[in-house]
Order: sequence, then C-alpha cells, then structure tokens
Amino acid sequence: MTRTVLPIGPFHPLQEEAEFFQLYVDGETVVDMDVRISYNHRGIEDISTRRTFDQVPYLVERVCGICSASHPLAYIQAVEELAGITPPERSLYLRTIVNELERLHSHLLWVGLAGHFLGYNTVFMWAWKYREPVLDLLEATTGSRINYANAKIGGSRRDIPNELAPRILSVLSELEGKLEMLTGAVLDDYVLHLRTKGVGVLSREDARDYCVTGPTARASGIAIDVRRDDPYAAYDRIEWNVISAAEGDVFAKAKVRLLECFESIKIIRQCARQLPEGPIEVPVAAIPPGEAVGHVEAPRGETFHYVVSDGGPCPARHKVRAPSYVNIPSFKAACVGQPLADVTIALAAVDPCYSCTERLAVALDARTRRPLYTFDDLVRLSQEKTARLAREV
Amino acid sequence: MSLQTDHETSTGAPAQKLERGLGPRLLRLEQPHPNRIYLTVAPGDHVAAAVFLFDELSARLATASAVDHRDHLEINYHFALDGDRCVVTVKTFAPKPEPHLESLARMIAGAEWIEREIADLFGCRFDGHPRPERLILADDWPADRHPLRRGGPS
Repeated sequence: MTRTVLPIGPFHPLQEEAEFFQLYVDGETVVDMDVRISYNHRGIEDISTRRTFDQVPYLVERVCGICSASHPLAYIQAVEELAGITPPERSLYLRTIVNELERLHSHLLWVGLAGHFLGYNTVFMWAWKYREPVLDLLEATTGSRINYANAKIGGSRRDIPNELAPRILSVLSELEGKLEMLTGAVLDDYVLHLRTKGVGVLSREDARDYCVTGPTARASGIAIDVRRDDPYAAYDRIEWNVISAAEGDVFAKAKVRLLECFESIKIIRQCARQLPEGPIEVPVAAIPPGEAVGHVEAPRGETFHYVVSDGGPCPARHKVRAPSYVNIPSFKAACVGQPLADVTIALAAVDPCYSCTERLAVALDARTRRPLYTFDDLVRLSQEKTARLAREV
Repeated sequence: MSLQTDHETSTGAPAQKLERGLGPRLLRLEQPHPNRIYLTVAPGDHVAAAVFLFDELSARLATASAVDHRDHLEINYHFALDGDRCVVTVKTFAPKPEPHLESLARMIAGAEWIEREIADLFGCRFDGHPRPERLILADDWPADRHPLRRGGPS
C-alpha cells in the first residue's frame, strides 16, 4: 500500500495562526492523521498568576478575540464561587445579552467560512454581511466590537441603558428574517447536501470518548449545553431550547449552528424585554483561599476555568481549557476514511479555533516525505468538487 | 433529553453515588457548593475513580490540571456530570522529584492531549500513555525544563 503524508501547516498564509495537521493518505483517501499544536504558546496560565484577581479578566479576554466574553465570564464565575459573591440580577441579564451576541457573531462567521471552503462565496458574503449589525450591537452595548470587557468580578462594568432595548429588538427582528432566508438557502441546497451529508461523521461513541463539547457534541446526538446543564447568568430565567442532531456529519453541525442562532435571538430578545432594574455590581473584598471551577458555553463549546487562591492578591494557579482543545482531536475519528476533497470541510465543521489551541495543516508522500498539497490546494480541491457536483446535478 | 426529569431523579445523588461506588478508596470528599464535588484518592486509585465516573455515571472528562506543591504535584481530573448539574474533581498526587501517575488516556481518548500537556509543562510522567510525546514544548526544548514547575529547572 502506498501511503502519502499530506502536511497542512504549521505556517500558511490562508491560516490565521500556526497549527500542524499531518494527513496520511492512500491515493485520495485519508488513512491516519496527526496534529501538532503550540507554535504560538502565550503562557497565559503563567501570566495569570502574576496579575491581581481583577486584572485577570483583561488577560483571559485575550485568549481569543471571538470568545472574548466567554473566557472572562468562566473565570469570573469561578472567582465569584470561591469568594461567595452573588452578582446582582441585572448584571446576570447583561452578561447573557453580551454572551449571546457573541454566539451569534461567531456562528455567522463560521457559516461564512464553511461556505467559502465549499466554494459558495455568496454564503460567505451574506453571512458576514449579516454579522455586521451584531458587531454594531456589541459596540452599542459594551463600547467595543471585540474584547468587550463587559463582565467583572461582582457584576458588570457597563450598564445597557433601557433606552437601548428598542434598538436591540429592531436589529434582531431584521436579522431574524435574513437568517431564515440564509438557513433555508443553505439547508435546502441539494449540492450542499451532497457535499455535507454523511461527510466527516463523528459517531456518538467517538464524541463521548473524545469528550467533545458544544455544537460538535450536540450534532453527534449528545445534547449537552452548560447554559442548561449548570445554569449561570440568566439562562435559567428564560425560555430557550438546546438544539441537537443525531447524524454527526458536517450537515448536522451546520444545522445545529444555524438553528442555535435563532435560539440566541430568542434569548437576547427576552433579556432586553425583561431587564430587571437595580444595581449592576456589588463590592468585592479580598478573595479567600480555596479552589473553584467556572465553565461557560462558548460558541464552540464549554470553556473551562479552574482557579486556586492562596489568599494572596493573585491566583495561585489558573487552568484555562478552551473548547477546541477537546474538539480538534476528534477530527481524527471524523476524517479517517474520507476523501481528501472532504477534509477541509470536515475539519472546518469542528469550527477549530487557533486561539483555543493556538496553532495549522499539510500533505506528504509517505515514501518520499515530500509535500503534495498545501492548504489552499485542499480548499481548491473542495471547491472543485462542489462545482463538479453542481454541474452533474 | 428533558433536564427537569434528569435533575429530579438525581438531586444530591452524585456525592452518595461516589461514596457508594468508590468505598474505602475515597480518602476525602468535599462539596463546598451544591454543584461542585472535590474528592481525593491515592495515586493509582484515580483510575478506578475515573472509570467509575466515566462508565457508571456517564461523566465527561472536561480537562485535567496540575498544581505544584513543595514536595509533590497535585493532579486534578475534572469531570462534568452534565445531567446532574455537577463538576466532580478527582484529586490525586505525584511525589517529587520524579512525579509519575498512571495514564487515563488508554480508557478515555479525551485525556490524551491534557496529559501530554501536563507532562510538558510540569514534568509529570504518565505511565501507559498511548503517545507519550511532546504537545506544547518544541522538539528541541531541553528535556529537564518544565516551564510551570516551581523551584528551579528540575
């Protein structure tokens, strides 16, 4: 058997950051794979132990520009649990609004990228266009399109004035209509069915074995969601549903993310309408010795923070585990046996985040160890396959 | 998939199930918050605890973490009991100067990366790990340097 190694990475102009996927291929079929990470390790856990408790949210907000509400919130919830702090009701609603706006913009970003990988650049243009008003809302509510610095230990930094509620509601209504069109166009497209159904299947068993989280787990029939399973912020005070699917393929993952956008809209709408009056923060004294866990449902899955305090001004230990760290290894189970042209979309379906694991991929000939394809070759292969299917249809 | 039902049938139950399931292996169990359980077991017994959590209670391994103490490394495996609204942390320890612990990665694929990370950053060896290779550190990084290990390069 001729085995070929297809390296993607570690540095490539099409990838945002460095990560190294090494695909072993037999002809056009992937037979094994390997991932190397940590080309840009930033030592955030170590830096955290040299920042005071109230400075750490600023640091962990920078773990990822997209999950910049989820990481600080997970950390803050751990510290609040450790110190027995109950943030005021209004701040819980503010946190929910910002975290759901974050999910909306992240899922729309993913739909756009997935469209591009499949050669549907119209989907890319639409999704990113609809994402803009969401970023504008984040700016209006927090003062920033990214790195919102919204949550703080003991509550929220900045209030969302009640007068802003009508604007939030009108932007959401407009977005909802466009999303319905986009969701219909994507989920009913016959060529997209051919490209995504039965492709990159992650079985329920593998999903459990790899301990995956978020849409990756929910699309494989494991309906877990921290927002419901360990409620925080205001998620247990409002009506919404956990979206799941059983198939585990790329289509299921797309469906879960698209339908989750509607749930996010439902959540934000209820929060904006029911925003309780009152203070947005409580005073915080010293953080006592102890340990605590905080976790939050980020757009890609569970963000997990473990904080140890020795009674000093800084965390004695701070462990950060982002969702892609558990989701990316499952790519091995989902891509072995797949044709090369399906690899990019199978990987993209996990919504791998380089900030989560900070790192890229390549293809090598198994005998000669010479590179065969680059990442843009793989994207091209994927786009050509879609074009071919579209012609045949 | 209704959480309400799952929750009602198992309120307060995880701690008792753990006490029953682990018996004398359980050295200590703390529940500082209704949704958080911390249990301590002797090195080696963490495997039985993990198997019980993963197989019997259908727990999910969220991640693991290491904390450096003067004479030993504390290794925490954090399991999420999603249906029970609970996070269970299994604590065990690996004495210095050559800390090592039995790996969970043969039983739970989700443990592979995090154990390699702890091996790199804290210098804890995981016995029986299916791929005991570097994950975080570069290949040319010195073998005896572990960036998060306190007290010098050992």
